[in-house]
Amino acid sequence: MEDIIFLLIILSVTYVTGSIIEKKHFESIKKRERALIRKPIISFGAKTWNTNKKIKKIELVTGEVVISGDYFKNFVASLKNLFGGRLTTFESVLDRGRREAVLRMREKAIGAHYIINARIESIMINDNYSSKESVPQCAIIAYGTAVTYE
Amino acid sequence: MLMTNIETVPGMNIIAQYGLVTGSTVRAKNAIKDFGAGLKNMVGGELKSYTELLTEARKEAIERMKEQAKRLGANAIINIRLATSSVTVGAAEVYAYGTAVKVEPKG
Repeated sequence: MEDIIFLLIILSVTYVTGSIIEKKHFESIKKRERALIRKPIISFGAKTWNTNKKIKKIELVTGEVVISGDYFKNFVASLKNLFGGRLTTFESVLDRGRREAVLRMREKAIGAHYIINARIESIMINDNYSSKESVPQCAIIAYGTAVTYE
Repeated sequence: MLMTNIETVPGMNIIAQYGLVTGSTVRAKNAIKDFGAGLKNMVGGELKSYTELLTEARKEAIERMKEQAKRLGANAIINIRLATSSVTVGAAEVYAYGTAVKVEPKG
């Protein structure tokens, strides 16, 4: 009985904190994305870059983030795992992580005209499912080549 | 050292190739930070200390790759890829690899 009460307390606390943090994070992401519209332009997958303009600077830019879900999300996901289907609680975590990593990369390339061949690399660094307490953490690196014209 | 993750260096001609250069590093944080991250893990959000770890690891891996390229006499690395893997909980490996080349400005 006490265990169930303890679990309920943890779940409700992490639900509240998790959703507050998520909401704030999404707000900041949206704000920064709006501020960065069209500067610099990102191209995913361009292999070569032919231009007649004079190039001033070429640089490898990266952005990285390690993000985790919360206890509540993990609990919901483990229940959902029984029935299958979309794990919406983790989808939002990964979405946040990727957008944050791309934003950090773009913020490092401010002043550049293009980011060519942007790539996103991600890995789960805590997929130890043997213990119930382990919440998946996702490490995400975004990188690309920033090109600045004269 | 010019670094790109595309197959050329824009505005430059490749005059010599030196082959693959790599750099990797495995980093772990101390137990106190691990504990802090564990608490943060419960409430969710970004794990700043782990992000820092990842940034350090990425810098170190790229630095090692650059060293190797320098020793070969290259002045640029093209087609760089970054890869990550987890060795144990709380440690991250970052692996960077690319092709070392010598370039000169066009024309």
